[in-house]
Amino acid sequence: MSTSQAAVIGLTHRASEDTGHGHRGPESKSIVVPYGFWLFVLSDIVLFSALFATYASLAHATDGGPTSRELFSRPTAGVETLALLLSSFVCGLAMIAARHRNLAWTQIWLLVTGLLGFAFLAIELREFASLIADGAPPQRSAFLSSFFTLVGCHGAHVTCGLLWIGTMMAQILAKGFQPHIMRRLLCLSIFWHALDIVWVAIFTLVYLVGTLP
Amino acid sequence: MNFVGKLTWDSIPFDQPIPLMTSIVIILGLGAILAWVTLKGHVPYLWREWITSTDHKRIGVMYCILAFLMLIRGFADAIMMRAQQAVAVGQSQGYLPPEHYNQIFSAHGTIMIFFMAMTFLIGMMNFVLPLQLGVRDVAFPTMNSVSFWLTASAVLLVNVSLVVGEFARTGWLGFPPLSEKAFSPGVGVDYYLVSLQISGIGTLLTGINFVTTILKIRAPGMSYMRMPVFCWTSLAANLLIIASFPVLTATLGLLMLDRYLGFHFFTNDGGGNSMLYVNLIWIWGHPEVYILALPSFGIFSEIFATFSGKPLFGYRSMVYATLAICILSFTVWLHHFFTMGAGADVNAIFGIASMLIAIPTGVKIFNWLFTMYGGRVRFSVPMHWALGFVVTFVTGGMTGVLLASPPINFVVHNSLFLIAHFHHVIIGAVVFGLMAGYNYWFPKAFGFTLDERLGKASFWCWFAGFYLAFLPLYILGLMGATRRMQHYDDPSWQPLMVVALVGAILILAGIVLTGVQLYVSIRTRDRRRDLTGDPWDGRTLEWATLSPPPHFNFAVLPDVHGEEAYWSLKQRALQRGRISDEPEYQPIEMPLNSPTGVICAFFATLCGFAIIWYIWWLAILGLVGAFVIFVWYAWRDEHEHVIPVEEVQRLERERRRIRTELLHTLSQST
Repeated sequence: MSTSQAAVIGLTHRASEDTGHGHRGPESKSIVVPYGFWLFVLSDIVLFSALFATYASLAHATDGGPTSRELFSRPTAGVETLALLLSSFVCGLAMIAARHRNLAWTQIWLLVTGLLGFAFLAIELREFASLIADGAPPQRSAFLSSFFTLVGCHGAHVTCGLLWIGTMMAQILAKGFQPHIMRRLLCLSIFWHALDIVWVAIFTLVYLVGTLP
Repeated sequence: MNFVGKLTWDSIPFDQPIPLMTSIVIILGLGAILAWVTLKGHVPYLWREWITSTDHKRIGVMYCILAFLMLIRGFADAIMMRAQQAVAVGQSQGYLPPEHYNQIFSAHGTIMIFFMAMTFLIGMMNFVLPLQLGVRDVAFPTMNSVSFWLTASAVLLVNVSLVVGEFARTGWLGFPPLSEKAFSPGVGVDYYLVSLQISGIGTLLTGINFVTTILKIRAPGMSYMRMPVFCWTSLAANLLIIASFPVLTATLGLLMLDRYLGFHFFTNDGGGNSMLYVNLIWIWGHPEVYILALPSFGIFSEIFATFSGKPLFGYRSMVYATLAICILSFTVWLHHFFTMGAGADVNAIFGIASMLIAIPTGVKIFNWLFTMYGGRVRFSVPMHWALGFVVTFVTGGMTGVLLASPPINFVVHNSLFLIAHFHHVIIGAVVFGLMAGYNYWFPKAFGFTLDERLGKASFWCWFAGFYLAFLPLYILGLMGATRRMQHYDDPSWQPLMVVALVGAILILAGIVLTGVQLYVSIRTRDRRRDLTGDPWDGRTLEWATLSPPPHFNFAVLPDVHGEEAYWSLKQRALQRGRISDEPEYQPIEMPLNSPTGVICAFFATLCGFAIIWYIWWLAILGLVGAFVIFVWYAWRDEHEHVIPVEEVQRLERERRRIRTELLHTLSQST
């Protein structure tokens, strides 16, 4: 990978080294756009932290209804985790392919990323449906309200990510690897990996801790 | 199938004369303005130059206009409350029935915080930040336009609640369980929730935009410790926005789930916990206080330095104090509900943390005082507001330290003492700051100064009116008067309530005088042109360019040496007897206009209105529309237009000619 290619996706600086003291004037778009997107991702993590706090304080407010130990299954959550982590790995492959300007492999890896994300979402929705069918809908107790909201909010983010992946695939096809398309791809991959981080926390705090004997 | 959700003819308040008349007047007024604009053929101009503009200066001005309108709306609520409390004692019930009065105090708080103060400050940051940083625009110009129009969309929805349906009766923070479906089944709380969600997204985007701008887009040579203090305080405020607004979004979202889908977060049954809401909302709410106050501190810092003719005293300590406040503001939220059972130890910790904030704030006060010390102070209008601020804010801050002590807090919790305290600091710091900034930067935005005499008259009305309106509330609070009273029995409270009403009327005079000042200044603008671009002998870079600045702000980005970038440029030019050498001009790329913001807001309004009234097909249509416009925007290839060298050269040579003249007059006078 040449330096200029790296600069396009924001890994290195386009011109000289940044001293960090603003002596060079305004940064190029390849710095500014991912930087702003990072700030958005951080704000999203703050949003999730509020939902985690809510879950933590309501996890035992079952109102006589089912508890987490009765409801959650580690194997299902394990498969979900596997699908999502794998999709993140494949997303990384797509980025490498994009760096090499390889249209076919970029599209294929993005498609696989999306399909794995879709599989994750399908398992999650099936779990939700079976919970609701088994008399554990979000309206049952504060615990279930907070569970459905925390996990569902992550699921909603994955859904947005899928829409974004689809849009990016169409954009790459229509416009090729222009600098602004590459920047968007970088932001997409930041977003997708961030969803992984949130999911790891959900997997640990909701599914693992929640099923401790 | 039901196409209109819960909407019926009963939603329009035909039986309530006050909201009905108000809404008729507003609708007629708006209709008249729209008709006039259309008939005069101004629509294309407005669409091209303002509505679709991505210029930070235009967006900033639009924010300020919106905030002024909301100041009038919020103040109308305020004076109605004061009038009600002046008469509703003993046998008299006053003229406002309880269900209406409760909507008024809820709307007053919501509008003043979100749509007056926040909107005004964001407008000012929009206008000033890129100019002070010596650059041409913010990091994400189109997103900036989206932020503005989302705010406007929220404002529209809040005001639609006057005509269609009702507003919340649950106070400006909508505490459950009162705000739950079981106790507030109407659409009022939904109006509140939906409009705050929409404006909250806009504000978050603004925060991201400004933090990126300040940290990544500055003129060459402007290191962190060379940024004007207003940039520092704006940075702190926008970091607070990024860290706290998502919590607001989450909290209001949870309450919406309770109300719309029957979840049990904050309900009395099902294991819900309403204290959770109170904690979450104040984790956002306390930083919000500093999101408002910090930029104001920045405005005053600029004004004290400029009008004292001296560099700001203790620049570094000012920066550290700002950042200390930024962090401490997240550690004190519990002081808003000491009485709600956290226990003595927890209360003590939060009480001490709250008092700690007084230390960095005190540092700032002394810095401002020492800036004036030994300076040649010019008592222009902005300086009047700044001095009024110091007096008011110090005394208001002291009552805050009183309230931070849990035993005292138990006595005056939820009383008019508290109301007096937070108006004391919010009006003293934020409103005074906004008025100061408005008078200070107006000539930069429009190229002529505001009338000094009327400006001072407005200040004195506000200043005296403020004390008349709020000092009585301290006493009433200590006498036992609680907040949010539609009626009271104790006749001994009435005289002070009447004094407070007189104060409110005096403030009204101040607002009217501000309008008159604007009108007179526009009429006499030819006599008050700011031809130099530097009417106050300023010290920061916004005064280096023309008034009003060209679209691109700076033909060549200024090269910054040392603190007070523009002041040192001026001094160097005076020493050398000539301005800097003419550089080689380059064509300038500027962002294209975009209707994305206004179309986004259109769909957001549709979607919001549909959610409030349970019109689900329309809500889905709104969401799909927003997605389509998003993709459409992402598809365009042209992002910038180029201003040719000749145009840049023409404007810049004009500026250089003016500057050279200014230099000659300056060097003759010294």
